[in-house]
Amino acid sequence: MTDVIIKEDLVLDCSGMLCPMPVVKTSKAMKELQSGQILKMIATDPGAPPDMEAWSRQTGNELLRSMTEDSKFVFFLLKK
Amino acid sequence: MSKSDPTAPKRLALIASKGTLDWAYPPFILASAAGAMGWEVGVFFTFYGLTLLKPELTAAVSPLGNPAMPMKMPFGPEGFQNINWSMPNLLMANVPGFESVATSLMKQTFKNKGVASVEELRQACLDMDVRMIGCQMTMDVFGFKREDFINECEIGGAAMFLEYAADADVQLFV
Repeated sequence: MTDVIIKEDLVLDCSGMLCPMPVVKTSKAMKELQSGQILKMIATDPGAPPDMEAWSRQTGNELLRSMTEDSKFVFFLLKK
Repeated sequence: MSKSDPTAPKRLALIASKGTLDWAYPPFILASAAGAMGWEVGVFFTFYGLTLLKPELTAAVSPLGNPAMPMKMPFGPEGFQNINWSMPNLLMANVPGFESVATSLMKQTFKNKGVASVEELRQACLDMDVRMIGCQMTMDVFGFKREDFINECEIGGAAMFLEYAADADVQLFV
């Protein structure tokens, strides 16, 4: 699955931010997207992966992919 | 107990009862995270927590009477920053300005690590329509007026908050 390229519509860099800012900024950025568009979010907070999974379940915006790239966490989120 | 409206979004009801810098964080962090997940959030600010509704936040922190608080320096090499300085009570209680030094050290440490300021977190909460309710009784006891607090907050009492909390999925006292 990870070899499929996902094309994002918006990139949000939350590098250097700690809880809860990656979640807060993600929520704000998602409001700018239309249904079906994709947000790429980058974070360095080690708490981000479990938090983004929970955020996705709670909001219904699907977490398409969660991965580590250059020691950063990268998330692709589909706006519902 | 079931919610009166099963189709309503999840709801978080918080009581913020402490006004020091360290204890200002948990309610604003939880409220903003819940707001970001699309939950309804209401925070009842009571006793010392009420001062967190002032326009200018002056929340401070002191290691005096706070023995679990790590005392770390926000500058210098990593090994130096990781030292936990033990401060004798005599020093903390008697050196003028000790509390403001401790407060600025904590603020700088938080900033260095990427933690948002209390001001930023409160604004994030307001942007997400978190309800902030100031306690009327505390206002009366400490002699505050409505205009001492931010316009966005409401003023209410225990019954008003409990009615809101009765329909909440998560209720926490901080």
